[in-house]
Amino acid sequence: MSAPVVEAQGLTKRYGSTVAVNGLDLRIEAGEVFGLLGPNGSGKTTTILMLLGLTEPSSGTVRVFGHDPLRDPLAVKREVGYMPDAVGFYDQLTARENLRYIAKLSGIPENEREARIEQALIRVRLSKVADRRVKTFSRGMRQRLGLAELVAKGSRLAILDEPTSGLDPQSTQELLQLISSFAGEGMTVILSSHLLSMVQSVCDRVALFREGKAGLIGTVPDIAGKVLGGICIIDLEAEGADPEKVVAPIPGVRRVTRRKNGAVQIDADGDLRPEISRAIVAAGGSLKSLSMSQSSLDDVYVRYFEGEENREMADAA
Amino acid sequence: MRRKGHALAGMSTIAWKEAADHFSSARFHFVMLLVILTAFGSVYGAIGEIKNTIGQDPFLFLRLLTTAKDPVPSFVAFLGFLLPLVSIALAFDSVNGEYSRRTMSRILAQPIYRDALLFGKFLGGMIVLALCLLTLWLLMTGLGILTLGLPPSGPEIARGLAFLVACLAYAGVWLAMALLFSTIFRQAATSALAALALWLVFAIFWGMIAHALTIALAPIDPTNPMTLVNAVEMQSALARISPNTLFSETAQALLNPQTRALGLVFMDQMEGAIPGAPLPFSQSALLIWPQLSGMVAAMLLIFTGAYVTFQRQEVRA
Repeated sequence: MSAPVVEAQGLTKRYGSTVAVNGLDLRIEAGEVFGLLGPNGSGKTTTILMLLGLTEPSSGTVRVFGHDPLRDPLAVKREVGYMPDAVGFYDQLTARENLRYIAKLSGIPENEREARIEQALIRVRLSKVADRRVKTFSRGMRQRLGLAELVAKGSRLAILDEPTSGLDPQSTQELLQLISSFAGEGMTVILSSHLLSMVQSVCDRVALFREGKAGLIGTVPDIAGKVLGGICIIDLEAEGADPEKVVAPIPGVRRVTRRKNGAVQIDADGDLRPEISRAIVAAGGSLKSLSMSQSSLDDVYVRYFEGEENREMADAA
Repeated sequence: MRRKGHALAGMSTIAWKEAADHFSSARFHFVMLLVILTAFGSVYGAIGEIKNTIGQDPFLFLRLLTTAKDPVPSFVAFLGFLLPLVSIALAFDSVNGEYSRRTMSRILAQPIYRDALLFGKFLGGMIVLALCLLTLWLLMTGLGILTLGLPPSGPEIARGLAFLVACLAYAGVWLAMALLFSTIFRQAATSALAALALWLVFAIFWGMIAHALTIALAPIDPTNPMTLVNAVEMQSALARISPNTLFSETAQALLNPQTRALGLVFMDQMEGAIPGAPLPFSQSALLIWPQLSGMVAAMLLIFTGAYVTFQRQEVRA
């Protein structure tokens, strides 16, 4: 197995007395799409800035492609492309001029420069507006121009901070497709977000951030399993029998809650659908629907941070 | 800790981009228009005055720059007043502008050090100033040749060029000052106001402040003539804190070859001197050497302040 793209150990950043990132351990392999997920202020951006060497860690070590971002920042920044939250461009310059400036700064040889810029613009479908001033660009176009910059630079690792924040659903979809296609070509991608659906749709692995700590790291199903404790959530709609009374005695059922629309949510230790359907029919009821919901990252997220709030309340009490 | 890679990689790219931005910005066009109009006005007035005394003066071209026709001040006085304004217009938003456009973190994520960014910005401003001053100087010389019908003599060209260098140093002090304010204040308006306030203090009020301070610090005892000497020296020392004073003294010594000293002169020092006889250029250069090095030193000192402030700044997007 090749060396990891990013390796962080005990990474900590303190601003005065507040701890932005607290003892973070991270290992990201080549070709992965890695999601940093967490609410605002949970340390995602600080982590990213430390990976780039733009902020000095208070303690701990980072290696990006084996380089130390503090000691050898230029080597790191040559390989890494960064698209900040709400990426900004020089409004009075055209898209092409903006890319040319970045290309010059990143040291792309002059004879390749224009061709690479053109390819990158085609890639993000901005070639038609390449010579328009960025002033006239929409939010979605700016984000795509940000991606074009990473392509033109030939980054092996792309770090995207909240790439879809403030975008409409269609632009979000377009952007996610682009990001996925980059990953398909061997680019390693780290993206931070508080949008779960987005992270779930593109990321191989996810780190859940909470108060500067990556509380959980793993694939989406892994994390779901850990947070939800292997619980299956089954949705039931039935008539003619009181599901709460009928289902509750079945062994393995933990909790039965009635939803507003009349359906019932059952938390169970495993897939108990056969037992439930038999019980309903045996009680003389008719089954209208019975399904097991995929535990989505949303549930994980809500439960994970619910837990935190409960604990906070307990601490306060 | 030693960092790898050249600290100034990418500096020239940034400098030329900054210069190009300045040359195409409306703000800069406006300020330069003001300078050129006042320059023409003052030189036109000076020509009218000179024509009366033509034939009695070996330094007609220098007179063009220093002669004032009431109520229009001389070209040199105008430059002393307006050059800081040009510098401030160039640099007051150079660092905080990158933050407010949200381009800072994207630029610093390129393989360059922060040093290159700040040096490049300063250098870009200096390139613009140098080109403008050279143009202005050539315009004025051309105007002189046209109206006086004489080519400038060798010493006049030497003095003119030395004056150009002094102008650049003086403008550089204010450029560094504006750059410092633009790193300290995150709001461009705040930094512009701070720079303009300082400009007004030095351009208009500093003479009064120096006078008041002298009275307080070195009171004159009518019975002791040495206290008078001390007071005069104290006042000129205080006045020289202002770059404007340094500039006007430099201009005076360079453009009026008769100037033999910039401070107190005692009768015994004048022994053997022919009153009104011009000094050779080398002696005038020697005379302004402290003033010139003072301006260069102030420029470097203020720039260092900006550099230290900028290096310690957090780069949050």
